[in-house]
Amino acid sequence: MKNKVHSLRFTVYSILFALLTVNCTLYTFCYAQIISSSELINNAKEYDGKVVTFEGEVIGDVMVRGDFAWVNLSDISNAIGIWMPADLARQIAYTGSYKSKGDALEVAGTFHRACPEHGGDLDIHALSLRKTDAGRLIKERVNQSKKVYVFILLGVLGLAWILTLLKHK
Amino acid sequence: MILKPRLEDIKIIFFYLGKIMIGLGLVMVLPALLGLALGEVNPMLDFVLALEVTLIFGLILTKLCATSKDLNWMHGMIVVSLSWVVAMILGAIPLYLSGHWKSFLDACFDTMSGFTTTGLTLVCDLDHLSYAHNFWRHFGPFIGGQGITVVALSFFVKGTSGAFKMYVGEARDEKLAPNVVDTARFIWFISIIYLIIGTLSLGVAGIFLGMKPFSAFFHGVCIFMAGFDTAGFAPQSQNILYYHSFIYEAIIVIIMIAGAFNFNLHYQLWIGNRKEIYKNIESKVFLLSVSALVFVTAVGLQQMHIYDNAVILFRKGFFQVISGHTTTGYMTIYAQQFISEWGNFALVGLICAMAFGGSACSTAGGIKMLRLGIIFKALKEDLKRIILPEKAVVVQRYHHIKEVFLEDKTVRAALLITLCYIVLFGVGSLVGMFYGNSFLTSLFESTSAAANVGLSCGITNVDMPVGLKLTYIVQMWAGRLEFMSIFTLIGFMVAVIKGK
Repeated sequence: MKNKVHSLRFTVYSILFALLTVNCTLYTFCYAQIISSSELINNAKEYDGKVVTFEGEVIGDVMVRGDFAWVNLSDISNAIGIWMPADLARQIAYTGSYKSKGDALEVAGTFHRACPEHGGDLDIHALSLRKTDAGRLIKERVNQSKKVYVFILLGVLGLAWILTLLKHK
Repeated sequence: MILKPRLEDIKIIFFYLGKIMIGLGLVMVLPALLGLALGEVNPMLDFVLALEVTLIFGLILTKLCATSKDLNWMHGMIVVSLSWVVAMILGAIPLYLSGHWKSFLDACFDTMSGFTTTGLTLVCDLDHLSYAHNFWRHFGPFIGGQGITVVALSFFVKGTSGAFKMYVGEARDEKLAPNVVDTARFIWFISIIYLIIGTLSLGVAGIFLGMKPFSAFFHGVCIFMAGFDTAGFAPQSQNILYYHSFIYEAIIVIIMIAGAFNFNLHYQLWIGNRKEIYKNIESKVFLLSVSALVFVTAVGLQQMHIYDNAVILFRKGFFQVISGHTTTGYMTIYAQQFISEWGNFALVGLICAMAFGGSACSTAGGIKMLRLGIIFKALKEDLKRIILPEKAVVVQRYHHIKEVFLEDKTVRAALLITLCYIVLFGVGSLVGMFYGNSFLTSLFESTSAAANVGLSCGITNVDMPVGLKLTYIVQMWAGRLEFMSIFTLIGFMVAVIKGK
């Protein structure tokens, strides 16, 4: 009976230990994968020349230059320029602007603190790309209270203008 | 005994302030129309609301304080200093309504930064800002760079005597044409010619870089307005790093230098006097100063071993020094990199460039080339007096549009304003340090604000303390107006309270 209890206890502890190890490994793995822009910029020397994974929203223009393209990815804190083959850039359907939410991309590539190929810019040369979230058009909802205030103030402005004319007469 | 200002004085001041408000309200029509054309309804409403409020206040003031009297020196100075504060508050309304600024103070910070052609910003999520709001951010420096009262002078002010006082109040004392209103109009004329050339150059370059045509020309017009007016705003959060292009950077360098040159020099070139550019004291000082500071910055960067390639080192160093020296503030690196990568020596070079600034009577800020040249000439004169026999007559001359003999009062004025700038840089640094920043970063950000540059090493952000935001607003305002009109405003307020 005592041996059975010991054996059960050993099994439970082993399972718990295994779960903990897997959890820790996964945790470390995930955080080693996606690195924030602030982390990359503030510790650029440390990451220089290494393959990193960066995730963010495509903003502005996709600037195709020959067989390659510049895509700027923003993770809210900062945006970083990604140099990628033009074929990869063709996957991008939406870019972030006032009227649209850009595609979210996860890019794995070589990080350069001062890229020798691109005039010393801090950039990432993409090796692979994965769309994690599709972008979309943002439908603008007209703010009704702003509309009301516009009409009220238009009346006040008209009144002020008429009063100015009366004074002149 | 201090004399209390009369009601008539206050009426004159508010009458002209009202006129400037009407001018400001009318220019808000442009972003409202852009919003309408592009189907950005809420941004259009923001601008209609703001222009209505501005016009209502303007009409009420001009009606209540109607006067036919011209401005005296005190009135002119006070109108100018107050008009910048009023423009900041009214110009911030559409920005705040957009929801991209966390507080009205943040929106005011950006408006003051724009009008004073500084370029420091507290905007959130710039990459999703509407075209209308983005246009307004860049149009502000275009109005402020030429001078808010220059706008009003060009269209609303009839009396040239009072107009000249407002013109001087905005730290401009050089008349290009015999009449100050004609001078204001020439400033606009030359700015619009450059606007067309600059926008076309940047727009075409943008298309070649892979941007869509509309986007390329929109970026072109924005970058030109903020570059020529030495503000340093850009439509995207990465600033100039967004474009990843040497050609684009080269065009911007030319625009920044053109903006930092004296309008009088532009006028001389326009009337065919090309030799002036080689003879002018400001061009000479600028060339010397840029050469020395690029060297200092390059040495600093070399010590840090960031850029292994000499061409890259020069490209990065030169662009940032020109950007700082012309007080534009465009960046091809991230703000954090100044601290983490550039090292103290390169930063000191950049701080000096920002403090020295551009030319007098230009859109640039800082101490100014003319003052530095005059101080250097005065130093040379004093050294000659010591070295030469006592009976020798020592005379110093400098060339600025014409040959000018150096007079003590000119040197005194140059030294006084330089001293005021140094004090302003120092006070801003102290406040920065009070909030826990290091000496060098505080000095960097303070110099950037007071010299209306806009380069940032990261202190300026939405989460910075309110006290620091207010300090930088005052620094931008005082630095742009070069103190005198602000001192007059303070004196006027003291007279209102204590006068008999």
